[in-house]
Amino acid sequence: MIDTPVLERVLGEALRHGGEFAEVFAEDRSNSSALLDDGRVEELSSGRERGAGIRVVTGDTTGFAHTADLSEEGLIRAAEAASAVARSGGGGTHTVAVGSLHAAEGSRRSGSDRAPTVPKADTLDLLRRADEAARASGGAISQVQAGYGGSRRDVLIANSEGLLATDQQRRTRFSVSCVAEGDTGLQTGSETTARTLGYELFDEVSVEDLARMAAGRALSKLSARPAPSGEVPVVLAGGSGGILFHEACGHGLEADHIAKNASVYVGQVGKQVASPLVTLVDDGTVGSEWGTFGFDDEGRPAQRNVLIEDGILTEYLWDYLRARKEGRKSSGNGRRQTYQHLPMVRMTNTFLLPGNDDADEIVAQTPHGVYVAKLGGGQVNTTTGDFVFGTTEAYLIEGGRITEPLRDANLIGNGPEILKRVDAVATDFAMTPGTCGKDGQSVPVGCGQATLRITGVTIGGTTE
Amino acid sequence: MTTATETTSAAAGPHPDGPDDLLALADRVAGWARSGEDVEVYVARGDETEIRAYDGEVESLTSATSAGIGVRVVVDHKLGFAWAGSLHESVLAETLDEARDNATFATPDDHVQLAVPDGVVAVPFDLWDEALSTIPTSQKVALALALEAQARAADPRIRQVSSADYGDTSVEVALVSTTGIRSSNRKTQGFISVGVIAGDGDASQTGGGFDTARGFDGLDPDKATADAVGRAVRMLGATKGPSGRSVVVFDRRAASTLLSVISTALSGEAVAKGRSFFAGRIGEQVGDTGLTLVDDPTNPLAYGAASYDAEGLACRRNELIVAGLLKGFLYDTVAGSRAGVASTGSAVRGGFAGTPGPGCRALALTPGPEGFDEDGVLAAVGDGLFVQSMTGVHSGVNPISGDFSVGAEGLMIRDGKLAEPVREITVASTLQRILHSLVAVGADVEWLPGIAAGQTLAVGDMQISGV
Repeated sequence: MIDTPVLERVLGEALRHGGEFAEVFAEDRSNSSALLDDGRVEELSSGRERGAGIRVVTGDTTGFAHTADLSEEGLIRAAEAASAVARSGGGGTHTVAVGSLHAAEGSRRSGSDRAPTVPKADTLDLLRRADEAARASGGAISQVQAGYGGSRRDVLIANSEGLLATDQQRRTRFSVSCVAEGDTGLQTGSETTARTLGYELFDEVSVEDLARMAAGRALSKLSARPAPSGEVPVVLAGGSGGILFHEACGHGLEADHIAKNASVYVGQVGKQVASPLVTLVDDGTVGSEWGTFGFDDEGRPAQRNVLIEDGILTEYLWDYLRARKEGRKSSGNGRRQTYQHLPMVRMTNTFLLPGNDDADEIVAQTPHGVYVAKLGGGQVNTTTGDFVFGTTEAYLIEGGRITEPLRDANLIGNGPEILKRVDAVATDFAMTPGTCGKDGQSVPVGCGQATLRITGVTIGGTTE
Repeated sequence: MTTATETTSAAAGPHPDGPDDLLALADRVAGWARSGEDVEVYVARGDETEIRAYDGEVESLTSATSAGIGVRVVVDHKLGFAWAGSLHESVLAETLDEARDNATFATPDDHVQLAVPDGVVAVPFDLWDEALSTIPTSQKVALALALEAQARAADPRIRQVSSADYGDTSVEVALVSTTGIRSSNRKTQGFISVGVIAGDGDASQTGGGFDTARGFDGLDPDKATADAVGRAVRMLGATKGPSGRSVVVFDRRAASTLLSVISTALSGEAVAKGRSFFAGRIGEQVGDTGLTLVDDPTNPLAYGAASYDAEGLACRRNELIVAGLLKGFLYDTVAGSRAGVASTGSAVRGGFAGTPGPGCRALALTPGPEGFDEDGVLAAVGDGLFVQSMTGVHSGVNPISGDFSVGAEGLMIRDGKLAEPVREITVASTLQRILHSLVAVGADVEWLPGIAAGQTLAVGDMQISGV
């Protein structure tokens, strides 16, 4: 994307007036999407964005500037701006020499693409097939929306410590959302697949299956009763979202929250923070999962980090800046939405390792409770540990059997308390894709877990 | 950076103070339209400053300019869209070509069309603060540092200032179409926000505050700090609240969020596609007779005040629910055509990378009697739950089915006054029932950032889940 001598000159300019660290993050990204709604292909959209963000760190201050102009002149101007703002922030004026760049980390490809461009007509065929399959699922399906999205993101990271890395990331996403109409009103169901892959995703995934899952979810809720209110045992199905751990502790283990004392997990390393059944991993290297990449957005290779082992907190998640302050290495968790954003500590694929229990047995041994087949999103306050996560497909458990469907509701709990209440983990592990929002930036993440039970969570339904 | 969330002004000819070069560029690209096709060109350019203070230092400082173009092509009733994050000469024709190519794949639809000027005269607004560009960075840095220091010193129970930010944006937009739309607009915005952590023993509680202004002047760190500190400190000692049926008073911020969610179901597009619980209910009683809901971006006090919508039509006042009766929905050109009505001038778009769709800009309930503020609402309610913050709105509120279940924190209301703090509870009902269960609407309208006014709101018969 940019020649090495140019990068060296730009980094030199960035540090010409002082600073301990400079970095160029260049990105060339193109997205294409197609939307079928109301039985029609309504919109095909294509977008392209390229540019570079330049960071200069002086003392405790980071100066940042970005530009859509990838010429040497454009980059030099951005470097001057980043240097100027770093200095206007009042940081010190140490000077370091810029190391010569070496591609020690090299180049990676995350999600190789079978074809450089996907024929638009092919994506439309997928959308139509999904629409047909969803509508064929039941006469009560009153509306279907199907969406395809593909992106190509080429990144290059070079910094004053001599690091030079490139990563080609290919991602593909397909989702189906259905509305079912019945005597009780409207109900919704959706299903999404999203992977760090090109179009070959569809060799593995049947869009008809996705459509039928989405439709089934909406149809089953037509006869749903309002969710209960109050604390109940909850069984989460394998692959139902895994969002529980993402919210209950994932965010609270991000080193920026830790450094600011804004997490209930401050000072807890080495301590029992969860049930011994809980071993939690964040791993940016897993196959072609949605949160997988070759290098993070600071040029660190993706890696596997064990965060909680047998219930004991072992590690936080680190980006370059937080790790540097502690005199340690980044854990490969520095990510940013685009070149226009500063990187921060983010999760990749966060999952609970499977246990030894049988999923059906867990339900059978639950006399009364709620079975959550699919979760929606969630949210956490890392300082208090209080978090919510929403159901989009849930059922009552009565006498050890899954019975009536329930309408959507949020569940609420406190991270450290809920983690200690995990009393069974099964073997049926599965991952699901999600979008994680933090401080206004969205990045793709994966979440995973097997079927598990929590002895008590508050569910926010309407029936006492 | 956020680019051009608000759009367009001056239907005919360039705005006297508008970005003439952007208009000229949009004119030029629209001029490349071929016979038989309609083209709409949206170009935007923005400057941004963002400063984060932490522990007496500047943690980060961002200064950036960005620009982009979004092109819609309609040919044979088929729509195609393309965008690029650059206004470089080489990408302009490429973007138009890509939009043109995308259009060939769409399903023909008689309702697909670009906006045509409808003769409605726009209310002019000056949303540009010329002074903003003259404020030196050092002064903005000083404000961020002062905000952080002030929050830290505000109360001995403040353990940490987790964030203290200053930001400003200046955005210019031009919109030109071959169907006769030609407009431009520019807008500045300044903001500060602060997040604090209050502590007492082992327990920590959080609070956030902010202020916005047209530019740098007028930003009030006292207001932001007092709000953040007050919210955090009053939550100290919070325990998990009790379960039961209760009246719930939503503070102005929570009420604004609630109205925003309801607005999704008032989109004419959602209604036309059967994705709203309001579908097919025009003329019916959908709420309490005390409920009147109006979207009025022509109100100069509204945060979302705008002259023109995202398709270049004049924004106007739209009555949606009057005395509990459902009167109408919000339409852009395509959704209006689908429903057999004209656009209500309600198109919104998320910048150059997005296409327009109908949405609210300045939604508000008719306020209660003069002077009826938060204290008044609390006194009228007597006993219940006061909610100062909601979580999981995206995961627990469904504007299609109407199911409503959110995490909440706040304080109990006893004898008409705020009492002990509670946390880790949910508040649930349905949006349909909420509209029928309004107990009180405050007169304390505050135009918070977003699409709906903040005004204290009391809703009866909600289910609280806690201990």
